[in-house]
Amino acid sequence: MSRAETSRLKQIKANLERRALILDSIRAFFKSEGFLEVETPLLLPHVAPEQFITPFAVNGWFLSTSPEMHMKRLLAAGYGNVFQITHCFRKGERGQLHNPEFTMLEWYRVDADYLGIVEDTERLVLAVAGDLGLGSTIRYQGQDIDLTRPWPRTTISKAFRKSAGWDPALQHDPERFDLDLVDKVMPGFSANRPTVLLDYPAANASMARLKPGDRKVAERAEVFIAGLELANAYSELTDAAELEKRFREVLEKTGDGEGHRPMPRRFLKAMADLPACGGIALGVDRLVMLLCNAAAIDEVVAFPRELA
Amino acid sequence: MSIEISEVSRNTKLLIDGVPFAVEDVNFVKPGKGRAIYRLKMRNLLDGNPRETTYHSGERVEEVHIASHDMQYLYAESDHYVFMDNESYEQHSVSKDMIGSKAQFLKEGLMVTALTMHDNVIGVDLPKFVELAVVESAMTTKTDTVTAQQKVVVLETGATVNVPTFVKERDILKIDTRTGTYVERVTKK
Repeated sequence: MSRAETSRLKQIKANLERRALILDSIRAFFKSEGFLEVETPLLLPHVAPEQFITPFAVNGWFLSTSPEMHMKRLLAAGYGNVFQITHCFRKGERGQLHNPEFTMLEWYRVDADYLGIVEDTERLVLAVAGDLGLGSTIRYQGQDIDLTRPWPRTTISKAFRKSAGWDPALQHDPERFDLDLVDKVMPGFSANRPTVLLDYPAANASMARLKPGDRKVAERAEVFIAGLELANAYSELTDAAELEKRFREVLEKTGDGEGHRPMPRRFLKAMADLPACGGIALGVDRLVMLLCNAAAIDEVVAFPRELA
Repeated sequence: MSIEISEVSRNTKLLIDGVPFAVEDVNFVKPGKGRAIYRLKMRNLLDGNPRETTYHSGERVEEVHIASHDMQYLYAESDHYVFMDNESYEQHSVSKDMIGSKAQFLKEGLMVTALTMHDNVIGVDLPKFVELAVVESAMTTKTDTVTAQQKVVVLETGATVNVPTFVKERDILKIDTRTGTYVERVTKK
């Protein structure tokens, strides 16, 4: 073993030990809530069509970018509340907060909507912080962060009008949306409190249902803590025809090139039986970063891409 | 060669509007479901100035092969200098403008580092220090009023530098090519 590797692994050992405690704590939380822990495959014949998420292709198969579709197939079969901690793979995503292989926590609660799932998230993060002996205020990168419930909520419309001067729910401009979110809206969030962003424009609905009574927006929520995008929640869309239409639009954009992705037929077929539910994907590495006061994902992962 | 922005990493060399840049840092930002944003910190390989540019996923940039070669200075011609690649023995002409005032320290046989792009020299770096002989040591002149401890001498390449008064003709001096100033006397005659 090289001296540099030994030294690095020794340096992050305390973080990795805490990471193990966090995983225990997450499992204990969901078991106490009556969720079933499930496992779904990493090697898949198709991935959920997403315009800006590129899968690794392996001999005509794909490495999983998300466990969402298979977990929903379990839900459609009547499994009830389920959770999973699994690896996901997204090509080209590498940076201080990204590794192309990362760990996702995903859970689905039957009869819940996105707001119920945000409440789960608040309780989960507080429970994990409590299990680590941290209490409801944590210190991250020189800032105290108060995790007391409820976390401040705002809508995309309000946050963009305040920080970027326009309303993405009324004006369709996907390119400007991502840039302004990163450059203008996120820097406007409180440094000492989590922020929950609600009601994304319908164009960014992904697999979330549109809001009954205001179909310009989707019931989608994102949780941010200390500038880290931690989790993405939906009131799950259960309309198979609408889902197929959205998938087709994405597949038309991503084209038939190297990233050619087939329509996930088995998943769409199961959607007829998907119960009303809410779900969320939470970046476990980011949660560990937050609770270890680590500035970079490389400090909480034993072997990031370049060192694998 | 055109490449995807996602393939760019530190040390990639890019050609932007005909100017070569070295990538010094790539800052990757991506909202979960959104488009990736790449903020590149680069350095202009010709004038050394920094540049920051933001790219988005899917955009393409022009990668360029920049190589560094050890070359030897041979001689000057009307508007250019001729260098020889020490490995391939190929000769390269470099315009006098590219080297600028540092050319006054070019001595036959001097080893330099040359950057090439598609086999054309786009930049020449002299060593930080060169050793040159004094060929003419004038008396302290009337215009040299800085201090009595300084005088001007002419070096074998024709360059003139301010030196302490103890310097004599045929002394070898160490010169800092970055500032064009005297550092020390290496050997005295």
